Amino acid sequence: MSSGDIWIIGASMTPFGRFADQDLIDLASTAAMDALKDAQTTMDQVGVLAMGNVYEANSHNGQRLQKQIGQTGIPVFNVVNACATGATAVRVAMMAIASGETDLGLAVGVEKMGKMGLLGGARKGRTKTEFTPNGRYGAVMKTEGILGTSLMPGVFAQAGTEYALRHGVSAEQFAKVAQKNHAHSVLNPLAQYRKEFSLAEILNAETISYPNTLPMCCPTGDGASAVVLVSDARLRTLDPDVRRRAVKISASVLTSDPWTESDQVQADINTLTRLAADQAYEKAGIGPEDLDLVELHDCFATAELLHYDNLRLCEPGGAGDFIDSGAPWRGGTTPVNVSGGLLSKGHPLGATGIANLYEVATHLRGEAGDRQVEGAKVGLTHVVGLASACAVHILEAAS
Amino acid sequence: MEANALTAASPAVNDPSGTPTRVPVVDYLVLDEQPYIQAQCCNACGALYFDRRNACARCFATEFSPRRLAGTGKVRAFTVVHRAAPNIPAPYMSVVVDLDGGGVIKSNLLGVTDPQQIKAGQRIKLETFTAGVDDDGTEAIAFGYKMDGDEL
Repeated sequence: MSSGDIWIIGASMTPFGRFADQDLIDLASTAAMDALKDAQTTMDQVGVLAMGNVYEANSHNGQRLQKQIGQTGIPVFNVVNACATGATAVRVAMMAIASGETDLGLAVGVEKMGKMGLLGGARKGRTKTEFTPNGRYGAVMKTEGILGTSLMPGVFAQAGTEYALRHGVSAEQFAKVAQKNHAHSVLNPLAQYRKEFSLAEILNAETISYPNTLPMCCPTGDGASAVVLVSDARLRTLDPDVRRRAVKISASVLTSDPWTESDQVQADINTLTRLAADQAYEKAGIGPEDLDLVELHDCFATAELLHYDNLRLCEPGGAGDFIDSGAPWRGGTTPVNVSGGLLSKGHPLGATGIANLYEVATHLRGEAGDRQVEGAKVGLTHVVGLASACAVHILEAAS
Repeated sequence: MEANALTAASPAVNDPSGTPTRVPVVDYLVLDEQPYIQAQCCNACGALYFDRRNACARCFATEFSPRRLAGTGKVRAFTVVHRAAPNIPAPYMSVVVDLDGGGVIKSNLLGVTDPQQIKAGQRIKLETFTAGVDDDGTEAIAFGYKMDGDEL
């Protein structure tokens, strides 16, 4: 314990799924109240609130949340940063604590996507009667599907085949990632889907964007998650039971995509992940071999395989061998996505980057029930959003 | 605002013989006799951009010149899209291409939907086609790639 450390003393997530009877603020309120209760604290103790949400980001959700759970006049930051939104909200609260403005903060992430569909941003093609150049590329018509694909399934499929063409990964190796995460999800009561699939079922399912079939793509859905953070000095004043369950944030790193020659046509999810991972390992004084579990951004099965390499969990170029070895399974040497991952736990965008902190913290506290990674002391979380933001956190159990 | 080199280089092509007016689907496609892709090249470091930039994203220099890119290259990444955007026929293959002599571009690989046909280093070449016709009869010309070399 050193004076600069920041700790998680409360963590929560709602079940992920599709909840027609709850609006955005209902979900956020549930997560926030649960996290405060878990931390044995109340809204009057909170000195900063950071609220992460993507699709309703211009609705001052942090203030709406306060009206639901407690209005105290504290600073509120409404945060949006693609799929790294939740993790970025955590960093905002951390920075307020690190700066000395407050010693206790609340970060909440929430999303309400319902059944918006895999293609997300795809709009119906407009019918032009006269070709007129539009936008930064002077396009006279919508180019999605004409000049390649830039929708999420296609982007992550192409990221996968780029790695596959370089390192000889097979479609079956990509599918094994989904087999593992769906198998893991069966033990997670908060997961959106809890159904195991055989490798053959995954390979033979509807192809969405080769090599990803339907069970290799994460669902859209609703959900919220929250964490309560304190400074080291504040932690020392708290109840012994809160201190015993506290989880140290040993590294918190946020990166954006540096220039690469290809990123203007195909978002690069690798370079910024490598940057973030290397900085996080350096900061925490921890190496990939020390990790007891990892929750990484498996929005598509192809993405998880790449991140084995990006997060240095495997030999360079060796991600295919890594999944074949069984290492990332719950009983393996580096369990990855024991929550079921985005593929089955779900991916309500704003909530994801806090839900993975909840998952790792729950294991480090020894409270993960049937899916507990035995004796877990150190874990890593990773999220990456286009185009592009990446956050890596390294957490350690209180010793 | 001064017209930038990209848009100035890609006017509608008018042919007095009565063939339809043609416009490129995006302005980095230049409809010369031999159509080609044109990028803005950073004068300081050579980084290539398909749109206008205020400063080079790589080296922050502020001077750019148009540069003609090669019509040939190699497949860097691909996918076969089965669940496509509305009104887009599927399946189709999307490719990210390393162009010979520099530049990375994305478009469709025409006439191929079997992923097993794509091997590391697969060579491809530029091809243009009509992507649509508007109410005035103007044709929008798009570009894609087709397999080149032994694998054809």
